This record gives sequence, C-alpha cells and structure tokens, in this order.
Amino acid sequence: MSTSESTVDNGVNVKALLGAREALTDAPDAAQFTWRASCEWKNGTHSASTIDSYFGLGEEHQHKTTFTIDADHPEVFASEDLGASPVEIVLVGLASCLTAGIAAVAQHRDIQLRSVKATLEGGMNIQGILGIDADVRNGFDGIKVTYDIDADATPDEIKALVAQSQKRSAVYDVITNPTNITVEVN
Amino acid sequence: MVFDRRVTTVVIGGGHAGLAMSHCLTGRSIDHVVLERGEVANTWKTERWDSLRLLTPNWQSRLPGFGYDGDDPDGFRKMPETIDFICRYAEAISAPVETHTTVTSVRRTDAGYQVVTDQGDWHCRTMVLASGASNIANVPALAAAVPAHIAQVTPTEYRNPDQFADGGVMVVGAAATGAQLAQEIHRSGRPVTVSVGEHVRVPRNYRGRDIQWWMDRAGLMDERYDEIDDINRARRLPSLQLTGSDDRNALDLNSLTGIGIKLIGRIAGMNDSKAQFSGSLRNMCALADLKMGRLLDTIDEWASANDVDGEVEPAERFAPTEIADDPPLGLDLAGGEIKTILWATGFRPDYSWLDVPVFDRKGRVRHDGGIVGSPGMYLMGMQFLRRRKSSLIDGAGDDARDLSTHLAAHLDG
Repeated sequence: MSTSESTVDNGVNVKALLGAREALTDAPDAAQFTWRASCEWKNGTHSASTIDSYFGLGEEHQHKTTFTIDADHPEVFASEDLGASPVEIVLVGLASCLTAGIAAVAQHRDIQLRSVKATLEGGMNIQGILGIDADVRNGFDGIKVTYDIDADATPDEIKALVAQSQKRSAVYDVITNPTNITVEVN
Repeated sequence: MVFDRRVTTVVIGGGHAGLAMSHCLTGRSIDHVVLERGEVANTWKTERWDSLRLLTPNWQSRLPGFGYDGDDPDGFRKMPETIDFICRYAEAISAPVETHTTVTSVRRTDAGYQVVTDQGDWHCRTMVLASGASNIANVPALAAAVPAHIAQVTPTEYRNPDQFADGGVMVVGAAATGAQLAQEIHRSGRPVTVSVGEHVRVPRNYRGRDIQWWMDRAGLMDERYDEIDDINRARRLPSLQLTGSDDRNALDLNSLTGIGIKLIGRIAGMNDSKAQFSGSLRNMCALADLKMGRLLDTIDEWASANDVDGEVEPAERFAPTEIADDPPLGLDLAGGEIKTILWATGFRPDYSWLDVPVFDRKGRVRHDGGIVGSPGMYLMGMQFLRRRKSSLIDGAGDDARDLSTHLAAHLDG
C-alpha cells in the first residue's frame, strides 16, 4: 500500500471516510444515525415507499431528492407486478451495500477497479409464507452473491476486497444477524 | 499493622513483564519494588487450565539477562515448567518482589503516586502497570439469557474436561484458547460445537520451521506500533490459532472438523431458549484463509530475498477451511444437546484498583507505546504495546528497555 500520491480513482473519498472514523471515535453520539423510510399502500400488494430524510452527526438531513421505490409481487402470486418484490429489494440492498464497500476498500488499498458486477440469488421455499409447513422459514434459505470484478490486483487481493466488504457491510450484518424489530400501530 | 513506605518506582505485577522491567530498573540503579498479589507467576499458577502450554517454542523466551538453557529449544513449556522458568528468573535477577500484596488503589499525588495495598501504602514517583492483559474472561451480555440448566464456564475457571457434565459442549470463540479447549473437550468424549467469529489462522510449521521462527527471523515480531497501518485493529486482533504440543500439529478449523467437531457462526443472539448464530461463518473463514495466505507470501518473499530458500523446505499452501454446506443458524438450548457453554471470547485486564483518569471510553488505559497519559506511569505486557511481540515473554525485554529509558529520563527531568 502506498501512502504517496495515488493515481487510483474509484470515485470514493477515502480521506473523508478515514477523517470521519477518527472524528467519530471519541464522539459516539455524533455517530448515532437513524435511517428512515415511509411506505404507503396503493392497491393489492402494490405499495410505494419514500425515502427523503435521515438523522446523523447530531442533526437532521435531507436527501438531495426524494427517492421512491415501488414494490409489488409478480403475477404468479396473482399480483399485478407493478414493482420488484420486497425480497428482491432486500437483495438489491445487499448487493449495493457490498459493492459500495468494495469500491471504498479498493480505494483505500490503492486498487483501481475497472468493472464490478454482482449477481444475486436468494433461495426460498414459499411453503413457509403460505403456512403449509411450519418447519420451513419464511425468509431466504440462503443467499448467493457472485462477483465478476476487473481490477488492477491479484485474484487473492480481489477476494480480500470482497471479504473485507462483507465484514464492514451494514446490510450483510442486517441479514446475517438477528435484529430486534418493534412494530407499533398508531 | 500499617506500613507507609517510599520508593522511586512501584511495579505492579510479578510476572515476566514486571520482572523484565525490574531487571532494567536495577540496571539503572532505580530503587523499586515489585508488588505481587500472590506469588511470582501467579496467573500461571492459579488461573489457567491444566494442559496449557506456551504457544511459543522454548528458545523464544528470551528475557533480559535470562533465557532457555535446556536441551529442547524447539519444545513447548507446560505450566509447571513455565512457572519454574519465571520463578528462576525472579531469583536470577534478585527482583525485589513483595508477594501476597494486593493493590487496592492507586492515586495521583503531588509527587507521583500513592499505592494502597492490603500490606500498607507505598509512595512513589513513577509506576509500571504490569498486572497482565488477561485478568478477566470476557463474557458477552447475551450469556445472561442462556437457560439456567446450561452450565457456563470461562477459561479462567476451566481446568480440565472432567469438571463438565457428560454431553455436548458449545465452545464460543476460535482463537488459541477456544480452539485448544474445543480439541481437548471433544477428545474427552463430549461432542463439541465451536461458534466461530473472527480468527487468525496460521500453520504451526511452515517449510520445516516453526511459524514463530519465521515471524521472528523475518522481523515481523519486531514491527513497531508506530509503524503499522492500524494499531487499534492490531491491538484487538484475536490470538493466533496455535497450540504447543509434542506432535507440533496445526490447530486450524480443519483439524477440529477432522476429529468431528462442528462449526457454527458467531453467536449473535438468544431468543427464548434458542441461540442464534450469524450467517457470516463462510466469510470469517475466507478472511482468515486469505490473511494466512498473505502472511505466507510475506514469509516466502523474505526467504527468497534473504537466501534462506536453500535451508528450508519448499513453499507450500494449505487447503482452504472447509465449511458445511448449510451451517445451522439456530440451536435450541432446551433440546438437551448442549450441556455446557465455554466462553472463550477473550480476556481483558482488571484495573478496578486504578483511580487515575487514564481510561478511554471503553475502559482501556490510554497510552502511547506504553507511556501512559499520566506523568511517570507506564504500561507493560499488552497486545502490540510497542511491538508485535509485546504480549509475549519474548517481547518484554525490548519494551522494558525502551520504557525504563523513558522512565529514567522522566526522573531526571
């Protein structure tokens, strides 16, 4: 790893990230973020979610634009297929989190990326959600992520990028480890 | 009966680190005392398991003014030999050790420090904390939610498998302690499952030499705390998966699964009687395999660059860690399969007696290479204190030399 001027540019501001790590080490309150989404039922299994604000670094923030994501279920579920299914959106969350991590770790390790492509598959036995067999879980029985990466690095260095990205990924953690969920009704 | 005595330096802890410092202070004619709550090498005598052996070969216990003089330099000391080695060192250097003296409080004074013990008080200008990095076994908070019928044991309480009920044992943690105890307990006929988080895989032997020989010769053990990328991470790294045994076998996860031990992910939660495990096992093992590969690459490059290739066997690489296709993510502890949980989840120092504001928000002593942020106070024996070898017996000498130099300058200043 070189500490001199690097020509590697993956478009990630690693200096800012490292600066934040240093600043937040002794300011645990500022490190406390709250992420939000709101979701409104449209019709049938179709809903539209909105993401516009979050809290962090001790204050409220607005995204530059309000993002919306439509979710629905496919026609084999007798739905209208007006959006990706929620479980597919979970795969998107995992893929984009890991991919962002790969870019950041690569920048930090002075590795120039040329292309990074992930394909994801989540297996699921729908006997679970249909209540047919109580021994079958509702969620994925496993997720397989396959990366094709072209970069100025050895195969082991690329594997290490992908491994480190999993280690630091929020969504990977959300999926691999249990999380307490509180659902309230107003 | 209350004593109130003055001395230039108080060293707390009569293990190898405190003794190495004592030797260096004596060499500088700095009057000092070594306070030891029990006897010399107390932790080795009272808080470690029966079968424990040093992870480092005999030749590697090089203390200032002392070293291995036996006929088995490549062997690994058992506990009685380790205790004997440290006790002989204390005698050889005539260390001024006050045994059976428990420090109950250390306070800052105008002139330095007041050290309160159950044998009276000491006043000193400078002091050295050498009370060890591994006084208290870490147990995660979720242990409180484990069903009451499951016995829970820490490595400081563990002596041998006979203290366990018959039946399954879950060992949580796969660093040196977890891996060693998993092997020993499984061999006693109690089926073991190991919950595996981050770990550091290394071979015991590489190219016909001990891994410690390579790391020592290639200068890795001498890497300094102010010269590596991320010292905080290096200080948190789990211990190398190593064991010192006569057969010199590796103690990696493949060796554990080879005798029938099951691997599961890091324990992540308790939900009623059900233990939940992370789905990260495969990545934890991939990280460890890749890290080992990088270490072996470094060693091979060093061997080539230093014309060592001719003296040793050819380079080799080891099989990746094998993981079952679908490691379980849950285990019902009410099911009767597991009778005992052994928490091999690391250790931490005990500073309950240190009433000086030198702690970070995680309760660790703030220091710069052992120079604590309170004038005239020094720290010894912690992981990567000044060098990669700082926590080893072999690392105490260089650290004691450096820090006693700083301490002497402080006294002169």
